Amino acid sequence: MAKLNLTTALATAALLGTASGAWSDENATLIVNGEIEMVTRTAAPDHVPFDEIRSGWTFRTEETQVLQMDDFDNPGMIFVDQAIDTWNTAEGSEGKSCASCHEDVESSMQGVRAVYPKWNETAGEVRTLAMQINDCRENQMGANPYKYDSNPMAAMEALISVQSRGMPVNVAIDGPVSETWEKGKEIYYTRYGQLELSCANCHEDNYDNMIRADHLSQGQINGFPTYRLKNAKLNTVHGRFKGCVRDTRAETFSPGSPEFVALELYVASRGNGLSVEGPSVRN
Amino acid sequence: MKLFRTVLVGVGLACAATNAVQAAETAPSNVTHDDYGSVAASLTGVAGDPARGAAVMTDRGLGNCIACHEVTALKDAPWHGEVGPVLDGAGSRWTEADLRGIVVNSKMVFDGTIMPAYYKNSGYVRPGDLYTGKAGPAEMPTILSAQQVEDVVAFLLTLQD
Ligand code: HEC
Ligand code: HEC
Repeated sequence: MAKLNLTTALATAALLGTASGAWSDENATLIVNGEIEMVTRTAAPDHVPFDEIRSGWTFRTEETQVLQMDDFDNPGMIFVDQAIDTWNTAEGSEGKSCASCHEDVESSMQGVRAVYPKWNETAGEVRTLAMQINDCRENQMGANPYKYDSNPMAAMEALISVQSRGMPVNVAIDGPVSETWEKGKEIYYTRYGQLELSCANCHEDNYDNMIRADHLSQGQINGFPTYRLKNAKLNTVHGRFKGCVRDTRAETFSPGSPEFVALELYVASRGNGLSVEGPSVRN
Repeated sequence: MKLFRTVLVGVGLACAATNAVQAAETAPSNVTHDDYGSVAASLTGVAGDPARGAAVMTDRGLGNCIACHEVTALKDAPWHGEVGPVLDGAGSRWTEADLRGIVVNSKMVFDGTIMPAYYKNSGYVRPGDLYTGKAGPAEMPTILSAQQVEDVVAFLLTLQD
C-alpha cells in the first residue's frame, strides 16, 4: 500500500512537469523486478555514428525511471495482462486463438521481439511485429486485422516484447533487408516539413540537449511499445514516428506505410545491443 | 493563428490603398541576401515593435524561438531549450541586416543549420498544414509574416551586452 502511494505521487510529479523533475543519474542502472538487468548504454554498432548508444530510459527523470523498475509500478503491464486474455481467446472464422498455434506465450515468443523487423522469406517482404500479428489474425485465424497503431495491437506487442526483456536487440541489416534498410536510412536523414527537420537533427545532433521542456534522447525504439504518462496509454513505434514527423510541420506518413516500416527497421538497427525493454515508461 | 494572420493581411491590404510603404512589402521570393546571408532592406518599411517581437518569440505557434534558445530577457516564459546558442547580446554581435537574414532564412547564414527559415514558402519536403500532420496548402504561408519578422529583429536588437 505504501508503495502504491509512492508510485501515485511519483507519477503525479512526472505529470506536473518534466523539466522540474530531478535529473537522472548518468550512471543509474535499470534492473526490472530486481532481476532483469537491462543494458541501457553500450558501444554503438558500426553503422551508427556514435561512440555509445543509450536507451531513452537514461534520459528520463528519476521519477519516470523508477516506474519502469518494478512491474507493479509500470502502468504498461496492465495492457500485458489484457493481452494474455486475448492470447487465449478464439477469434475469427477458424475458431482459433494465438495459443492454438503458439501455445505458451512465455516459451514460444521468447526472443521474437529482439529480431523484428525481419525478412519473411515466404512473403518476400520485411515484416514488423505488427505486420506479423495481423498476418496471423487474417490468414491463420480468419479474424479482422487490428488497426496498425491501435490499443489492442500495442497490447499484443507489449505481451510479446515482455518475453524478450533483457535480451539484446539484434536486427539484421544486410541480405534481403538491405534495400529497405537503406530506404529507412534515407528517411532518417531527410529534412521534412516546413521546419525542415530530420530525425538526425534532433536525435543524432542534439540528443542530451533540451528542446523546450523535452530532454532529447537518441530516439531509440528498444523500449517500445511505451507507456506515456502524457497520454496514459501504450504507444506504438509508428505512432511515435508520426508524432515526431507531425512536429516538423510535415505531412506525416501513415502507421504501417512502407516508409515507416523501412524507418522502423533502420531505427531498430541503431539500437542493436541495447536490451529489449518493452513496455517501457516515458513521459 | 489563422484568424490572426487573416486580420494582418486584411490590415495590410487596407493600408495598401493609402500607404505606399505598406504596398512595398517584400514577397518571400524577392528577398535578397548578400554574400554573408544578411538582408539589408526592411521587409515592410514599417519599424518593428520589440514588444510584439518578444511575444512572437515565445509563442509556440509562431516563432517558438525559446524552444531552442535561452534568452534571459524572456525568462518569464516557460521552457527555454539549449539546441541553439544563448541569444543574450545578439544585438551587439550582429547588425540589423544580419539578424534579418538569420530570421528570414538562417540557412543563408549558417550552412545546414537546424534553425528553421521563418520567411520562406517553398522548397519543402512534404510540407504540412501547421501541426495537423496533413498535407499543406498548394501555396504555403510563411511561418512568420513580414511584419512579425521585423518585430522579432527589433526585439533581438534590444539584446545588448
Ligand atoms: C523537433 C525535434 C524532433 C524531431 C525532428 C524528431 N523527434 Fe523524435 N522525439 C523528439 C522529442 C522531444 C522526443 C521526446 C523525448 C525523447 O525521447 O527524445 C522524441 C522521442 C522520440 C522517440 C521515443 C524514444 C523513447 O525512448 O521513448 C522515438 C523513437 C523518436 N523520437 C524517433 C524519431 C524519428 C524516427 C524521427 C524522424 C522521423 C524523429 N524522432 C524526429 C523530438 C524530435
Ligand atoms: C530548432 C532550433 C532553433 C529554432 C526553433 C530557432 N533557432 Fe536560432 N539558432 C539555432 C542554432 C542551432 C543556431 C546556431 C547556428 C548554427 O550553427 O546552426 C541559431 C542561431 C541563431 C542566432 C545567432 C546566434 C548568435 O547570437 O550567435 C540568432 C540571432 C537566432 N538563432 C535567432 C532565432 C530566432 C529569433 C528564432 C525564432 C524566430 C530562432 N532563432 C529559432 C537553432 C534554432
